[in-house]
Formats: sequence, structure tokens, C-alpha cells
Amino acid sequence: MSAAKPIDIKKSVVDTVLAGLISLIVFGPIVGVVLDGYSFNLEPARVGLLVAIVMVGRFAMSLFLQTPKGVKILQGFESSGSGVHVLAPDYKSRLRWIIPALIVIAIVFPIFANKYLLTVVILGLIYVLLGLGLNIVVGLAGLLDLGYVAFYAIGAYGLALGYQYLGLGFWSVLPLAAVAAALAGCILGFPVLRMHGDYLAIVTLGFGEIIRLVLNNWLSFTGGPNGMPVPSPTFLGLEFGRRAKEGGVPFHEFFGIDYNPNIKFMFIYIVLFLVVLAVLYIKHRLTRMPVGRAWEALREDEIACRSMGLNHVLVKLSAFTIGASTAGLAGVFFASYQGFVNPSSFTFFESALILAIVVLGGMGSTVGVVIAAFVLTVAPELLRSFSEYRVLLFGVLMVVMMIWRPRGLIRISRTGVTPRKGVAP
Amino acid sequence: MDGIFLQQLVNGLTLGSVYMISAYLAAISLALLAYFGIESFPLLILGTLIFTVVVTGVYGWVIERVAYKPLRNSTRLAPLISAIGISLILQNYAQIAQGAKQQGVPTLLAGAWRVDIGTGFVQLTYTKVFILLAAFAGMALLTYVIKYTKLGRMCRATQQDRKMASILGINTDRVISYVFVIGAAMAALAGVLITLNYGTFDFYAGFIIGIKAFTAAVLGGIGSLPGAMLGGIILGISESLFSGLINSDYKDVFSFSLLVVILIFRPQGLLGRPLVAKV
Repeated sequence: MSAAKPIDIKKSVVDTVLAGLISLIVFGPIVGVVLDGYSFNLEPARVGLLVAIVMVGRFAMSLFLQTPKGVKILQGFESSGSGVHVLAPDYKSRLRWIIPALIVIAIVFPIFANKYLLTVVILGLIYVLLGLGLNIVVGLAGLLDLGYVAFYAIGAYGLALGYQYLGLGFWSVLPLAAVAAALAGCILGFPVLRMHGDYLAIVTLGFGEIIRLVLNNWLSFTGGPNGMPVPSPTFLGLEFGRRAKEGGVPFHEFFGIDYNPNIKFMFIYIVLFLVVLAVLYIKHRLTRMPVGRAWEALREDEIACRSMGLNHVLVKLSAFTIGASTAGLAGVFFASYQGFVNPSSFTFFESALILAIVVLGGMGSTVGVVIAAFVLTVAPELLRSFSEYRVLLFGVLMVVMMIWRPRGLIRISRTGVTPRKGVAP
Repeated sequence: MDGIFLQQLVNGLTLGSVYMISAYLAAISLALLAYFGIESFPLLILGTLIFTVVVTGVYGWVIERVAYKPLRNSTRLAPLISAIGISLILQNYAQIAQGAKQQGVPTLLAGAWRVDIGTGFVQLTYTKVFILLAAFAGMALLTYVIKYTKLGRMCRATQQDRKMASILGINTDRVISYVFVIGAAMAALAGVLITLNYGTFDFYAGFIIGIKAFTAAVLGGIGSLPGAMLGGIILGISESLFSGLINSDYKDVFSFSLLVVILIFRPQGLLGRPLVAKV
């Protein structure tokens, strides 16, 4: 390559003027003319401000992209380093140190955290669980599921309905919800066996919407949009309230400690943390088992996968089932964390958020999913101070992260193997 | 539902928000035109249509440039995520700029045809007649552009095989930009028509419409223009029949179930060609 080119100011100015004109067309009508009944009020100042921001930003970007550093970034976009990253056989991941450190932090964390922090982290862990589940379906098996929130809803409503009609508690519903969600996953899996791509996406989306609409409209059974109460979890029959119902002994009296309203959340946090660890471990093992390899083969090429003798029905159904059961677990935790469920928690936006976690995490990468889940759940909390611009900024974050890392935060990597000496290959 | 089957060229998600933006644009342009004293219906509607289609087309171009072009060579799902981001941005943007309250447009064409049948009567408002005519005109125009013009041929070539098309000298990047502009313009036409039909809209109006547009396109078979139109008509008619005759609470459940059932028997959509993969 030749030496660094001089910066072309004229080009930047042209770019800036063009950007300004376009932003005038884009922002002019909607920002500048505010409807008021059938008439309107003009607000040219807002348009001017926005156009100025766009022009300054475009000018700065145009100048920056002409510097050597900017050119490097642009080239990064052009080349697409795709595929699985293969590591040397004797490569030792730095995760060996990071994972135990994280576990220690996670164990110590509830002692220092206040209630707000605890609830944020619980929500983050719930999304980790959801991300891990959807990661099996989308990231590993390559089946685009836009209605994943349905299984989450089944878990959450499983707890609420089970309590209301059958008198079941947190502990008995936890496994039942996983089973129920897995069954639902199976039911969804059968009709979509022959579908691919967009067809699969729209059918799963439809499934998610059907579940939500039924929950919303079946007033006599689910309480409709008003939602349903959910019981608090118990520890060996001990309740976490200040006073226990029907002559029971509350948790804090039994152990002779002061009453602390956080203790319920601490309990949910601990159980949730253990479940997340278990799911992480199971998932880690699954990806190295034949079924995990089969999922990845299916993702890469279905025809090749089938001609190698894999039963694609079983492979697809197992992905849907295992993915769904994880969401069922997450739903139970979500319901008991909120103490209340209603259908507005299970909209398409939620599915989209979980999908964003998987894609941002880097399709199929477990660590990436964990990081992305925390980024996308903690970010809205940090953005709270921007109140009305919160959703806008969240959308910008999603787009920017996607452009910055189109292949996800963490690339999938796999340890290579070297043939042993003296052994026939 | 009349205008929905026009929208198939772009991803349903962003399309919904683009449609919502175009509803605002239509109302703004109507208010502006009325302010300048224009009252005749043809002028009003023509002005509104041109204004809305042009500005929404620019929106489509900008969205493509900002959110999709950098992701052209990346994974299949990356554009979907940035589409979700864009639809959040557009929704919140409209809400902040115009306020969260419901907006409306005045009725432009008063009056209706009435046909007496026995003791009852069937009524068809002029607005609905106009919407129907405009929707068919839009569909005819789109079909013409895609089937018979050079641009349409380039679009189809790019859709079939992007690499081959660019080897043959088609600037595929530019064609994809054009497709987004065309898609946004079609969404704008639909947006104007739906706004005329219902008279009211708000910043949240786009989502379900976008999903339905996507549903219609998939129902008809992706990549098939007549299929998308047929899908839209089937979806619109069956939904209004179901809500009129049986239960309006479950009309969306019904249309999604219909979609699932049809796709079980025809996984490639109603008029789509079955996907034959070469190995």
C-alpha cells in the first residue's frame, strides 16, 4: 500500500452537506411539524439542532475515516473473518482463571448487594438462562425461533396457574414447568420440521403470539390482562414473609435472624445461580456429545447432515425440546421474582431481546451469551436516567453493537487435535 | 387491511415502523395542505401521496444505509437484530417528536354507495372504494416495475444470485438500496391508505401491521409478488370474516393458526416454488 493519503477536506464537506440535506428531509416533517388535532405547530429549532448534530457527526466521521486508523477500521468491515476459529491443541484458555473468579464474586455478591442491585442481577441471570436455551435452538441447531417467549410464558403461567388451581408451590412447579415447556417445544417442533428460514421464523412467531393472545383473552382461566398473583418461594416449607401463613414459622424466626425483606430475593438469586451453573455445565457437555455435534451439523448443512445418516427429526425435536425446557425454568424464576404475571411481559419484543442476546453473544458461544445477556439487561437500567429517550438509546445500542461486532462478541472457537505419533490415523 | 398486501419487499419488522412514520407524514402533509387552503380532494390526496412516498422513500434509503449496509456480508441474523433496533428507534422517535397521544386525519371523501338488498342494505363508502382502487393501482405499478423494467430485472437477478449479478455488471449494493426505497414507498402508500381508512393512528400502530405484512408475504411464498398479494387478500378477508362472524378477540389467533395450517401442507407458501437445493 502507498503512504497515507492526504486528507481530502472537500470530500468531507460534500459528504457533510449531503448528510445535512438528507437529515433535513428525514427530520423536517416529523420533528418540525407537531400535529395538534387537525392543525399543527411548527418547531424549527428542534430540526435545526438535529440537522446540526448530524452534520457535525458526519464531518467528524468523514475526517476520521480518512486517517490511517479509520482506514484500518473500514478494512475491518470489508473482510469478513467467518467460520469457526480453531485453536492450537495445547492452547489453554484464560477462562480457566476467569470462571472461578466469577463464581467467587457471584457467591460473595448477595452479602454486599442492596435490593435494587439484587433484582437487576436476578433479571440478568434469568436472561442468561433464556439466552442459553435459545442458543441451543438458534445458535447451535440454526433454527430461527421468533416465538421463544411462549415457553417462557408457559413456565411463568405454569407457576401462577399451578398455584391457583392445584395448590402447587415453587419447588414442585420448577421441574413440572420445564417438562411442560419441553412438551410445548415438541408440539411446536412437529409442524415446523419441513420449514426453513423465513417460513420457520413466521410460524414460531405466530406460535408465540397465539400463546400470548390466549393468555390475554381467556379471562376466566388466566385473568386476562390483569394477570395473576404468584406465591413466594419457600425453603423447606419455611416462608420468607415477615409472618408465615396458617401458623407456620417464617424463615427468619426459624434461624433466629433479624427480618430482612431482601431475603426472598437472596434466596431466588442463590437458587437461580445454582440452576444457571447447572444449565451451563449441561450445555457445555451437550455440545461435546453426539447430539450437540448433530445440532451443529444441522446448522451448517441440513442435506449433508441427513445424508450422513442423522435423523433430522430427532435432532430438530431435541433442540426445540431442550431449548424450550430451559425457558420454562426461566419463566418460573421470573414469575416468583415478580410475584405476579401478566401477558404484557411476554410480547414479541421479549423474543426479539432474547434473540438479540444470542446473536450479539455470537451464535453458539456460551460465554458470549452470558456477557450479552448482562449487557442487554443492565443497559436499560443504566439508561433509566434518560427516561423518555431510553428505548431510543436501547435501539441505537442494538444497532451499533451489531455493526461493531456483526459476528457477535465472542467467536466460536474449538480446540484442534494433533494426531499422536506412531498411531495410524 | 386493504393496503397491507403491498408491503413485501422489505423485512416486515422495519416495515411496520416505516408504515407508522408514513401515517404521521400523511397527517402532517394533510394539515400543511389544508393550511395553504387546498381543499379539493384530488389535489389533497395527490399532494399527500407524493410527499409521503418521497419522504418515506428517503427514510428507507437512510435505514438501509445506516443499519443494513454495514452488515451486508455478515451472518444471516445480524440484519434481523439491527432491524429490531431500528424499529425500536423509529417507534420511540415518533413518540418523542409527536407525543404519545393518538393522532387523526379528517375524513376526506364523505358519502357512500348504498345498495338495498331485501330489508337490509350494503354500504360502501367512497373512501373504501378509493382505497381499493389505489391499492390495485399500486400493485399494478409494482408488478410492472419488477416484471418489465430494467430496474426490476436487476432486482430479480440480484435476488437469485448476488455474486453472479455483480459479475454481470450489476451494482448490487445500489440495487439493494433501490429495493429498500421501493419497499418504503410501497409501505408509504399502504400507510396513507390505512390512515384514510381508520382515520386514527399512534406511534405504536406499526408493529402488528409489520408482522401481518410479513405473514402475508410468507403465506403467499417469499419472492413471489402475486403470492404476497394473494396472501394479503386471504389474510385480510379471513380475519375480518372471523371477527365478524365468530369472535374478534381471537382474530389474530385465527390468522396465525391459518398460517401454520397452510404452511404445514405447503411449506413453501401458496404460490412459492419449492426450494430445491443443489448439492
